Amino acid sequence: MKRFSWFNATSLTLGFAFLYLPMIILVIYSFNESKLVTVWAGFSTKWYGELFRDQEFLDAAWVTLQVAVFSSTIATVLGTMAATVLVRAGRFAGRTLFSGMIYAPLVMPEVITGLSLLLLFIGIGLDRGIFTIVLAHTTFAMCYVSVVVSSRLTSFDQALEEAALDLGCTPFQAFRLVTLPIIAPAVISGWLLAFTLSLDDLVIASFTTGPSATTLPIKIFSAVRLGVSPEINALSTLMIGIVTIGVITASLISKRAAVAQARDERAAARTA
Amino acid sequence: MRKAFLIAVPYLWLLLLFLVPFLIVLKISLSDIALAIPPYTPTLDVSAGWQGIREFFAALDFENYVFLTTDDLYWKAYLSSLQIAGVSTLITLAVGYPIAYAMARAAPEWRPTLLMLVILPFWTSFLIRVYSWMGILSSEGVLNQLLMGLGLISEPLQILSTNIAVYIGIVYTYLPFMILPIYAALEKMDESLLEAAEDLGCSRLSAFWLVTVPLSKSGIIAGCFLVFIPAIGEFVIPSLLGGSNTLMIGKVLWEEFFSNRDWPVASAVAIILLLILIVPIVLFQRNEQKAREAEG
Repeated sequence: MKRFSWFNATSLTLGFAFLYLPMIILVIYSFNESKLVTVWAGFSTKWYGELFRDQEFLDAAWVTLQVAVFSSTIATVLGTMAATVLVRAGRFAGRTLFSGMIYAPLVMPEVITGLSLLLLFIGIGLDRGIFTIVLAHTTFAMCYVSVVVSSRLTSFDQALEEAALDLGCTPFQAFRLVTLPIIAPAVISGWLLAFTLSLDDLVIASFTTGPSATTLPIKIFSAVRLGVSPEINALSTLMIGIVTIGVITASLISKRAAVAQARDERAAARTA
Repeated sequence: MRKAFLIAVPYLWLLLLFLVPFLIVLKISLSDIALAIPPYTPTLDVSAGWQGIREFFAALDFENYVFLTTDDLYWKAYLSSLQIAGVSTLITLAVGYPIAYAMARAAPEWRPTLLMLVILPFWTSFLIRVYSWMGILSSEGVLNQLLMGLGLISEPLQILSTNIAVYIGIVYTYLPFMILPIYAALEKMDESLLEAAEDLGCSRLSAFWLVTVPLSKSGIIAGCFLVFIPAIGEFVIPSLLGGSNTLMIGKVLWEEFFSNRDWPVASAVAIILLLILIVPIVLFQRNEQKAREAEG
């Protein structure tokens, strides 16, 4: 504790001010009456009203939500399969290529991922829209999921699975009854990560979409290219609010679960 | 049988939607531009049999890559991307290190909260975080109003649409990537080492340089690569915060594809960008490997 000097206190204060002030300012200006975003003309919620009357935004939000739900769910299934293969399958032909294809999308610039998928979709004559964005998002999100899940898979005792098999489980039952409950927190955080990545993606969605489907980031990007807009401030405030509530709730739930687990373990230790 | 199925499904998915698209980019980068749909030749005509395949390969050449070397724009864009990414990485390190250090020295019961405060912005939309700076940096923005109100400047500073705004944007959005690995390295550090150094006559500052910095080296290196690698190919930050003279390769690729509709050149730009990225990626992996071995 003695090393926690005024220097450390200042770094933390300035650091968190830097991280949070821009978003706080954005939130404040979303309640600004004036159309000129930089002149304060009194408190108003009119931009939220405008936002909810703007059909284009509502449509874009709906498209984004659909894409995020489908792509993150498929990505979670595929990513968990891929993680199981990486950690449990041992040697097989083409293993190096497989792990290369899992890790490469993580460092691939988005412009290249987007460009290459678009060229594929055009090459095979697929109509671009929600479906192609889902394919694109699933592909890069499954790699993130598999990294998250495989780190959990490596750290738990494989003997538990073997015991289940010895006791007469089929491999699928062993996975469902033993492995899945243990890795469930990692699978859930993988899904959440995939979901946020999809909600957030501008570049890959811009390349792989067609005229029929505009996602929220595409809409926001084209609106703010020309400058700051109060409607976008209102939309951003809503998104920041949802994320903050979500993250805080998730951390409270996991904290409570950890406390409950510690209590159960203590109780088990006493009875044993 | 089950194992084969388990391997085959994600394997095929990645082959079809990662490897094949990449090979298509490679192929188009070796093709010629054409006024057709799709706007390049040759296209593989399998129905013409062996002859078609031979003609296909005969028509491939490195013309687009030669073109990239002859036009100043491209190599300037590559260099300027590397420079912008490099400078922003160093600034991020200078900003992030003290924060990570202070977090690691905070009381243990505070650390989870501080950690969550660093991670929280990462869950908020990247686009919105970049956008939030537009209202601050523009000529009638919050920062200029504040500075003029304080009487520090008499007319607004032009910050938005310059490279300075791009630096700020990169530092801001990638800061958590720098803080987290450094914090992880510093948190594991045994503080009695510092006391030992001071007992042996080191000043606080030299104990920091001789003990703390070397022990957090793997975190520093990891953080730097986690900022540098994605910053090179960045598109959103230069196009929202940068000006028309901000050259970054991600933006060039985008414009080459969407505005000029020159697919072969856009593909060649992408391939060269990947080749440039291989060096830092390999170095990063080597650092991670070393850190893992040091731990295990």
